[in-house]
Amino acid sequence: MAAFPQTRTSVVRELRSRDPEVYRRAFDGLVAAYWKPVYFHLRLRWEILDAEAQDLTQEFFLRLLEKRYLDRYDSARSRFRTFLRLCLDRFITNQKKASTRLKRGGETVPLSLDFAGAEQEVREVASEYADPETRFHREWVRSLLALALEDLRRRCEETGKTTHLALFQRYDLETPDSGPASYQHLAEAFDLPVTQVTNHLAWARREFRRLLLERLRHLCGSEREFRAEAKALLGVEVA
Amino acid sequence: MTRLPDRTVEHLRRVSEWPDLSGTRYQLEELIGQGGMGWIFRATDRELSREVALKVLRTGASDLDSMARLRREARVLARLEHPGIVSVHDVGTLADGRVFYTMKLVRGVRLDQPADDSSLPDRLRLFLRICETVAFAHAHGVIHRDLKPGNIMVGPYGEVLVMDWGIAKVREAPELPARPESAPQAAEEESFMGQTIEGTILGTPGYMAPEQAKGQVGLIDARTDVYALGAILRYLVTGFDPTRPGAGPVRKAPLPLAAVVEKAQALDPAQRYSSALELAEEVARFLDARPVVAYREGPLERARRLGAKYQAAILLILAYLAMRLLVLVTREL
Repeated sequence: MAAFPQTRTSVVRELRSRDPEVYRRAFDGLVAAYWKPVYFHLRLRWEILDAEAQDLTQEFFLRLLEKRYLDRYDSARSRFRTFLRLCLDRFITNQKKASTRLKRGGETVPLSLDFAGAEQEVREVASEYADPETRFHREWVRSLLALALEDLRRRCEETGKTTHLALFQRYDLETPDSGPASYQHLAEAFDLPVTQVTNHLAWARREFRRLLLERLRHLCGSEREFRAEAKALLGVEVA
Repeated sequence: MTRLPDRTVEHLRRVSEWPDLSGTRYQLEELIGQGGMGWIFRATDRELSREVALKVLRTGASDLDSMARLRREARVLARLEHPGIVSVHDVGTLADGRVFYTMKLVRGVRLDQPADDSSLPDRLRLFLRICETVAFAHAHGVIHRDLKPGNIMVGPYGEVLVMDWGIAKVREAPELPARPESAPQAAEEESFMGQTIEGTILGTPGYMAPEQAKGQVGLIDARTDVYALGAILRYLVTGFDPTRPGAGPVRKAPLPLAAVVEKAQALDPAQRYSSALELAEEVARFLDARPVVAYREGPLERARRLGAKYQAAILLILAYLAMRLLVLVTREL
């Protein structure tokens, strides 16, 4: 799913491309970041049962792809994620009005999404946030961070920085309740000087931040939106 | 793709917010403190191979006001060369526009952290050092305006450091060194930030003097800090911290000290000690078992105080008299 985009072009611009390769890549990126927020929104805001919500999630994205709804997005009027959620709500309202959903034929290749895993998380998500807007937003941030982590993993593997990744994993991802392991402890565990541990961690964090901002930039409708999202969601000012 | 737990999400968001120090001589190590405006990190100065504390604005507070305030804090600290005030090494701007400064890395505990079992005289001697530091700043035209136990650091050898000068008020004083001609930006910010607008309320409730809480900026002077010092003294003597709701005093204050606290925290600035040194002198009197100005003691209390002060001498005299009596009685027999 979703090879990391090579350029910093906005997903919205790429989705308007007539080049099928660019379009497909942008679409994959969009699905990777949004399918879980969409699925949780259908399960919890619209109270749609799991099997139907899975079908509708697939159908929603395929409809976006097919009908090119995203061509109508105007970055001056709203944030991209707000536009996408409104598209989703309108899509469901129309589905309910029609009362019978269009069943897709066998020629359509379904998206490869882990609904079984997502279903296990629904109850957890429901108990965390009551407000659908907050839920959609939080799940989107969670997806974004997870994608950036995947990007970091890929980058570390490509560049042979597996120790950097392992240290980042131990210190920043697997923090127990008692707090993170000390640098000294990590240095002993990895047989490295403490200075190298902190150097590697500094690199991994810097790279994670860069990749996260790249992902965010890709998913925003405009540079202005990107700056606003970076500040609002992650608290960072981008130059 | 496994769903990231909330704790990891928060941690990663925080890590993403941490300043990117690439392009500077510093390398970030770990977060060691945070306040309303800024974060403090332990960092390594790669040029000099030494550890420093790096204070940087939080991203949510990186507006022009806060940036000017942090720059100004660095300049205030640079002016105040005193063992009780942490020394500044460097000030700069990150690629994302955030201001930072580095200072000596202080290892110790904050005064508001769980207290040790030190004796009252030890705590009072520590208070005297706080007063001396604040008095030094006053002599250099700087009013701290946010004195509280959380802003006092005590080092492993009992050294005291007064921290967080972010909202200090600076007035021109003859002792201040002249500002270099080549710092027009600094001068501009100074005039901007030095004049806190009337009605602006900065500080910590419970430690703020009434004139500060009312935003009467024009009335703020050394006695405003004296009020906060009074609150710190009360905290050191009784354990009462007004910022912790529901937490009352855990120790009873000796009456003279209670009177000193009351005078330091008088609502009317004119009724307070006129300076941090005057307050320190009062506390020193108490430590030396001398009468304090703020408290009129009764004859019994006076006798008890003198008894405690001259305990050794009185015991010697009594022993001498007992010996004489014994000798006399022995002779009679």
